Amino acid sequence: MAKEKKGVRLEHISKIYKDPKTKKDFYAVKDTTLDIEPGTFVTLLGPSGCGKTTTLRMIAGFESPDEGEIYLGGEPINELTPNKRDTAMVFQSYALLPHYNIYDNVAYGLKLRKLSREEIREKVTNILKLVGLEGMESRMTNQLSGGQQQRVALARALVLEPGVLLFDEPLSNLDAKLRVTMRTEIRRIQQEAGITAIYVTHDQSEAMAISDKIIIMDKGVVAQMGTPQEIYYHPNSEFVADFIGEANFLKGSIRTTDGNNGTADINGNVIELHDIAGRNAGEECTLVLRPEAAVVADEGQLPCEVILSTFMGSYQNYHVMVGDTLVKITDFNPKNKKIYNIGDKAYVKFDTDSLHVI
Amino acid sequence: MAKSQSKELERKKFFADPIMVTTIVVLIVFLTLFILYPLAILLVDSVLTGEGITLNVFRRILAMPSFRTAITNTLKVGFLVGILSTLIGLLFAYVEEYVQLKTKVLAGLFKVISLLPVVSPPFVLSLSMIMLFGKAGIITRYLLKIYENNVYGFWGIAIVQTLTFFPVCYMMMKGLLKNIDPSLEEAARDMGASRFKVFTTVTLPLILPGLGNAFLVTFIESIADFANPMIIGGSYDTLATSIYLQITGAYDKEGASAMAVVLLIITLMMFIVQKYYLEAKSTATLTGKASRQRMLITDKSVTVPLTAFCLLVASFVVLMYICVPLGALFRTWGYDFHLTFKWFQLVFTRYKGFKAFKDSFLLSLIASPITALLSMIISYLVVKRSFKAKGFIEAVSMLAMAVPGTVLGVGYIRGFSAGVFRTGFLQSLYGTGTLLIIVFIVRSLPTGTRSGISALRQIDKSIEESAYDMGADSFKVFMTVTLPLIKDSFLSGLVTAFVRSITAISAIILLVTPKFLLITVQINEFAEKGSYGIACAFATILIIITYGSVTLMNLFIKHFGTSRAVKEG
Repeated sequence: MAKEKKGVRLEHISKIYKDPKTKKDFYAVKDTTLDIEPGTFVTLLGPSGCGKTTTLRMIAGFESPDEGEIYLGGEPINELTPNKRDTAMVFQSYALLPHYNIYDNVAYGLKLRKLSREEIREKVTNILKLVGLEGMESRMTNQLSGGQQQRVALARALVLEPGVLLFDEPLSNLDAKLRVTMRTEIRRIQQEAGITAIYVTHDQSEAMAISDKIIIMDKGVVAQMGTPQEIYYHPNSEFVADFIGEANFLKGSIRTTDGNNGTADINGNVIELHDIAGRNAGEECTLVLRPEAAVVADEGQLPCEVILSTFMGSYQNYHVMVGDTLVKITDFNPKNKKIYNIGDKAYVKFDTDSLHVI
Repeated sequence: MAKSQSKELERKKFFADPIMVTTIVVLIVFLTLFILYPLAILLVDSVLTGEGITLNVFRRILAMPSFRTAITNTLKVGFLVGILSTLIGLLFAYVEEYVQLKTKVLAGLFKVISLLPVVSPPFVLSLSMIMLFGKAGIITRYLLKIYENNVYGFWGIAIVQTLTFFPVCYMMMKGLLKNIDPSLEEAARDMGASRFKVFTTVTLPLILPGLGNAFLVTFIESIADFANPMIIGGSYDTLATSIYLQITGAYDKEGASAMAVVLLIITLMMFIVQKYYLEAKSTATLTGKASRQRMLITDKSVTVPLTAFCLLVASFVVLMYICVPLGALFRTWGYDFHLTFKWFQLVFTRYKGFKAFKDSFLLSLIASPITALLSMIISYLVVKRSFKAKGFIEAVSMLAMAVPGTVLGVGYIRGFSAGVFRTGFLQSLYGTGTLLIIVFIVRSLPTGTRSGISALRQIDKSIEESAYDMGADSFKVFMTVTLPLIKDSFLSGLVTAFVRSITAISAIILLVTPKFLLITVQINEFAEKGSYGIACAFATILIIITYGSVTLMNLFIKHFGTSRAVKEG
């Protein structure tokens, strides 16, 4: 549907703000270089204050970068005002025009582009069908539920067939159930329309479910960019591992290496490692172990003591101490329905393939 | 860290929008030429004489005993009026917010009181004060048999100004009391405080900055007031009337300029304290919204005296307003109470009433839409945009609020009668209707801007951003999004500007030429001469016009306002 899918490229982009309290300048976004392929769905994910919304607003044109250049479809757009950019944004608060009905809201941008009445009618009708709002053209925006307002906001942006579609935490005002429905909808519509989309959120499950690629930001810098699987299974830092899902960090050192494989020393225990090309013996290392990848058992790689054991129905939740390190384990399939109690000595058992070394 | 690139980009984006740039330039020129320049020229005039920069003019006017008396008079009146208005306003607000009002009549009276400052022309109360308590006053002469009562002077001005300005305080205090969370007072009650103790230890401390704010606002209004001291002051001169007399009586323009500077400095100081210190403080203490309805006081020992007092004051004010049309209907006030239409007939036959109404009406009608639109544009720029000259635009349009009409009038005389900086540039403007319209605009701009700003602050910034994002430029955003969303504020700004213009006198009386007959100037003239019948007839018609336009506006807002924007189908 889009006239032309456009890629977005950020080259060494920085944005400096003044802290209102200390009056000191700080980098809201620092030296960020990104390449977003045409037609992909990319999510900017990070804790609040990480610079994700600022990055999005710079692409839309509401903020101007202090360093670097932004390209849209290969063209530099730094000097263009928001109304001249081929972007369309879905706002967190929807920002529907309250004095217009649905039809006029969706037609607003088309009217500005001086399209004929018939053309506008056709496009608006089609897009309202796509988002599932046909027949509601004359409703005023305050007669709509949150989900419907969200669809109008989406339709209003889509109908302009922008080179790139921008989302600023669009689902944060909806209840949990509707959020799940809407994110599936947004993904479906984006793929049907074949449009480039940049999506800002702080909700990791939303990011996982919806994106082709996730960009994790931290303190104004890109921490990692990759597919949801890459980010989850191969985090490049403790921050990323901890931010996406839950993670246990086991600190130790590399004992031996043999090409891609080797061993590590964790608390005096030898752990087999894979995928460690480029690492040398003697180096410090951190092993990332996801809570669902390990179980508590009578035999295993790491001896431990149980300090918390909670029955959660579908799984057993353990906190165990391996030396001085707290390890959280969610055991979905306790063997023989055996449950360890506080104070029990046992072992942490895991498949060495599920370990990730950073 | 250099923010130079973003600044440069913002600048480029800003200049990519020619309509907005033009608007801002035009605004800056307008504000500079018609607000800053006339005030600056007063200052220049009063210090720059033939022999260079001296304070001779100030020395001369300060040596005049009459001027020194005028300063103390003005401050004395302002102080008393400020205190009285604040107290009465507080009492009214307290009764409305805390006391169970039994009768519909009383609630209706409160509503009338709150509407009065909007529709009332100046000096109406002075007129009726004279007719009730003057030498031929109904109350003094006929009820109390006092034949030589002197209503003119300090007490006359103080009472009339108090009755004119206390409704403003009442509305301000009402807003504050409404925002006090009742549970604060209930907690104090619960801990064993009496109702009076609660008022003095909880309610009062909370609204104290607000009280100070109301006091200063009234103080400024009082010392800037021209019309009332003019009519009821008698020989008791205030600064505003002294300036007027210095120009029209003594033809001493330098002296008048220096006097105007003195008055301006006093009001500006008050205004700065009020605006930057008290206003922020008075709202800061009361950010909490009332969590639920307040339990109203039903205790008779409290309700009866409070309501009785309010009833008395309110009825008195209403009585004074009724006095005006009555005064126009009696053959000779105080002597011959036969009904007659002769005053109204005289207004329209001998005294060119039609021309007066046409001139006043037309000039105000032209000024009001310009004022309303300008104030909405200024509020849009101030609230929604950021650019370098924003602070200037905001400050100057607020400054206009602190400038007494008389000062502005003298400034215009000095600034434009020989052209800008006496170069002859724009001299042709002087004495024209256009200049009168500009005065009307400048006088009503601050009120409109203030209401526009508070209306715009309610609107989520992203609504305008979304329109901008969809491809609208600033002009389109303003016309299709901003303006429709603050339609109510725009409409009421329109009517307020109209009413303020048609009832304006202080600056206008100095600038009007025989070419134009204005109602307010006529009323002033006839009241001065003691022709109360004619003055009342003019005033009655003026009240009908203002009241009519306010009613029309309310009807209009009710049916077409944003609250009804939801149209079915």
